[in-house]
Amino acid sequence: MEEKKGYRNKLGLMGWLSGGRYGIERYAYTLHRLTGLGILTYFIMHIFVTATRVQGQEAWESIMSTLEKPFFKIGEFLVFVAFAYHALNGIRLILTELGVFMGKPQLPVYPYKQSTLRQRPVLIVVMILAAVVIVAGGWDFFFLK
Amino acid sequence: MRESTAWYLFLLAGLVIFVLLSIHMAIMHLDSILLAMGMGYENVLKFESVFARGKQVFFMVMYILLLGAALYHGLYGLRTILFELNLKKGLQRVITVVFLLAGIGLFVFGAYAAIAAYQMKMI
Amino acid sequence: MAEQAKVSAETQDTEQIVKTVTFHILRYDPNRDAKPYIQDFQVPVRRGMTVLDGLVYIKENLDGSLAWRSSCRMGVCGSCGMFINSFPRLACQTQILHLESNDIHVKPMPNYDIIKDLVPDVMPMLMKHKSVKPYVIRDDMEELESPTGEYFQSPQELENYIQFSYCIKCGLCLAACPTVATDDEYLGPQALAQVFRYNRDTRDAGNEERYRLIDRSGGPWSCHFAGACSDVCPKGVDPGFAIQLLKRDMLLHKLRLKKRPGPAPVMGPPEKAERRPNIPEPPEPTV
Repeated sequence: MEEKKGYRNKLGLMGWLSGGRYGIERYAYTLHRLTGLGILTYFIMHIFVTATRVQGQEAWESIMSTLEKPFFKIGEFLVFVAFAYHALNGIRLILTELGVFMGKPQLPVYPYKQSTLRQRPVLIVVMILAAVVIVAGGWDFFFLK
Repeated sequence: MRESTAWYLFLLAGLVIFVLLSIHMAIMHLDSILLAMGMGYENVLKFESVFARGKQVFFMVMYILLLGAALYHGLYGLRTILFELNLKKGLQRVITVVFLLAGIGLFVFGAYAAIAAYQMKMI
Repeated sequence: MAEQAKVSAETQDTEQIVKTVTFHILRYDPNRDAKPYIQDFQVPVRRGMTVLDGLVYIKENLDGSLAWRSSCRMGVCGSCGMFINSFPRLACQTQILHLESNDIHVKPMPNYDIIKDLVPDVMPMLMKHKSVKPYVIRDDMEELESPTGEYFQSPQELENYIQFSYCIKCGLCLAACPTVATDDEYLGPQALAQVFRYNRDTRDAGNEERYRLIDRSGGPWSCHFAGACSDVCPKGVDPGFAIQLLKRDMLLHKLRLKKRPGPAPVMGPPEKAERRPNIPEPPEPTV
């Protein structure tokens, strides 16, 4: 009997962004990837921009005058926001992906308290700290000087 | 190098970046707060300030370490994202080689700039 | 008399129709349709009805061509995994009234090919499970083939891995995982949790072999702890937890920080034990 191929039902990239009503960790993962990509893009350009200081004061100041425009300043602030989230969530990921914060395996008794629930307080703390850093940075970026 | 070794180095690079980039971000973007606490630098983006920092050994070493760690962490992360998109084995090998060469190239370029800045005479 | 009145009141309660809900079911007939489509059915709901009961009602009264998998109807066989109201669940374990909605969207589990209607093709998950050698691997073939006693394992050693042995292979975790959504090569939370379960089992000596099997791009390094697998598991197996502990075990193994005890020894009969006078001998083993 010939086997008919099934209808492909993989979610693809939409599975990274949504795909269902899951816990907040799944969306923290998507945000972590987006911020990482943003920081990487900025970083590659940053290497070339900061290398111009080797060519002397004039070269530096000409490129800085372009980058002082508000469009670039806001972009830099967004990179700072991305860094604040990515760094703090990254520390949480390093620790939880090596099994810290989640206790030991136990017999599952309904209603289950699975590992994502056990480490959720850490995620909340990370979000609060990131918010504090972002506010401090925003204050410095836009209101001081 | 096995995938597990590459991944553990990726985590280690992340830790290095966490420390060094926090210092860099604090100096560059939390400068008013640092100055209020008695530390930090003024006018961080002016050439004199950048030049003065570039001549200090601490900053030169920090920039080179941060450059290496961030290039490894960032390019490995991008490689991970691309590899989860169901690419053919041949394309996966090409990406690994291209990222390795790009990473080494960018590292040499950036490290050369840091060392040149360290040795610069004031113009 | 009071008992009888109470029983009949309860039966009346579950026979009474509370409301009528609309089931929006994804239909697909490979012989007729080019793409799946949604079909609506009106289903009267009684207290205690599960989504599986609703599907049975539809098949018996409204549309006999509806196809799905189910078997035990009590949450132990793992056949009836479906995507119900945007969350992967077992249809037999989901009370319609608990969903608190008049619209019940039932789709087959995502990340599996659809064979027909609500029937997913779970062979990829089962093949990945088979590929990680999910059985106790030991050297002493003689003992395995003609056992003389039990393998020694303390309750503490058992508790280290027993949570992950409750897996019923329902496949809901692969439906929830974002990496499985894009990557065909990724082993998936189910297979990786079973790798961990067998590696932590003290009776097993196959750690190195399994580490070599999974230390590649489809292995646990593609897990980024989105945690959705642990959220949906209907038996509390918590596969996400198993994968993170697996990564930790592999790091400690690589750094040679983990103790490597041998596999569990065979436990003979207790020493210096005498049979009490009135107890007869057991019959000879027939295997």
